[in-house]
Amino acid sequence: MESIGIIVAFWALAVTTVGAALGVLVSRNLLHAIFFLITSFLGMAGLFITLSADFIAAAQVLIYAGAISVLLVFAMMLTPLASRDNANSLYLAPGALAGLGLAAIVGFVAVDTPWAELAGSTLAERSFPDTVRTIGAQLIGRYVLAFELASVLLLFALIGAVVLVHDRAAERGAAAAAEEAGTGPREEAT
Amino acid sequence: MIPEEFGRAAVLTAFALAFPALPLGASYLFYRLKIRPSNPDPVKSATYECGVEAEGTAWGRFNVRYYLFALGFVIFDVEVIFLYPWAVVHQEAALSALLKAAIFVGVLAFGLAYVWRRRALEWR
Repeated sequence: MESIGIIVAFWALAVTTVGAALGVLVSRNLLHAIFFLITSFLGMAGLFITLSADFIAAAQVLIYAGAISVLLVFAMMLTPLASRDNANSLYLAPGALAGLGLAAIVGFVAVDTPWAELAGSTLAERSFPDTVRTIGAQLIGRYVLAFELASVLLLFALIGAVVLVHDRAAERGAAAAAEEAGTGPREEAT
Repeated sequence: MIPEEFGRAAVLTAFALAFPALPLGASYLFYRLKIRPSNPDPVKSATYECGVEAEGTAWGRFNVRYYLFALGFVIFDVEVIFLYPWAVVHQEAALSALLKAAIFVGVLAFGLAYVWRRRALEWR
């Protein structure tokens, strides 16, 4: 059932993802660590595609490889120089412990789940051509209110960002200067 | 099946990786074989051979005002992930789907208009 291309793609992507994740740990330069993290995210997106989860793959590329990494890069740009190396952490032992625990859980699930049963009739019953189409139909159908409310949430985030970052005093000064020049807004809506 | 449809993307990705990797690998190989001469000069080893000369290092601290643009990018990036499933299905429910997306984009356009009016997009 599984073609050779999928198997090759899986191993290539798995090596990329895990290798890049190791690179995040090993590299001393924080920016290099972020680039390795982006590579790891992209490899994850490829793995999602091999699992026929195309919407999650797109979300992975857009949100993780796009938005999250941009925030990481900006966070690094705004930090003082001294804290910009990928320094040793006090949390090495607890982190290793948590990682091992997580690996044990995932391994247990992988071994314990009866994959053969899932692959048979259940999979044929629930055959879905692609996930995006189903999600899209639900978004403009049953869950249209949530879809529209999501835009309101994003609007709040945008306004919140402006309110937090924007310098009010500078704004007033600039508005007054523009008023004198005759190009500014007619009134200040605050 | 989905994975097979992305086979082309995999081929393109492999090509895109090989395209810069081949000359770099060849250059290193020729250097190892002592075929490639090594005559560096200041112009050749400049970061940008033409254009504005780089000043200082890239490791300075950046103005916090850039953060607003990063957040703006993130917000409209998240908007895209909502519009992507809509774009796949919108032809099946043409007019109502268009209206729903118009409301969605309209609310965000209102936010953009607000930001614009507050003159937060200007560099001062």
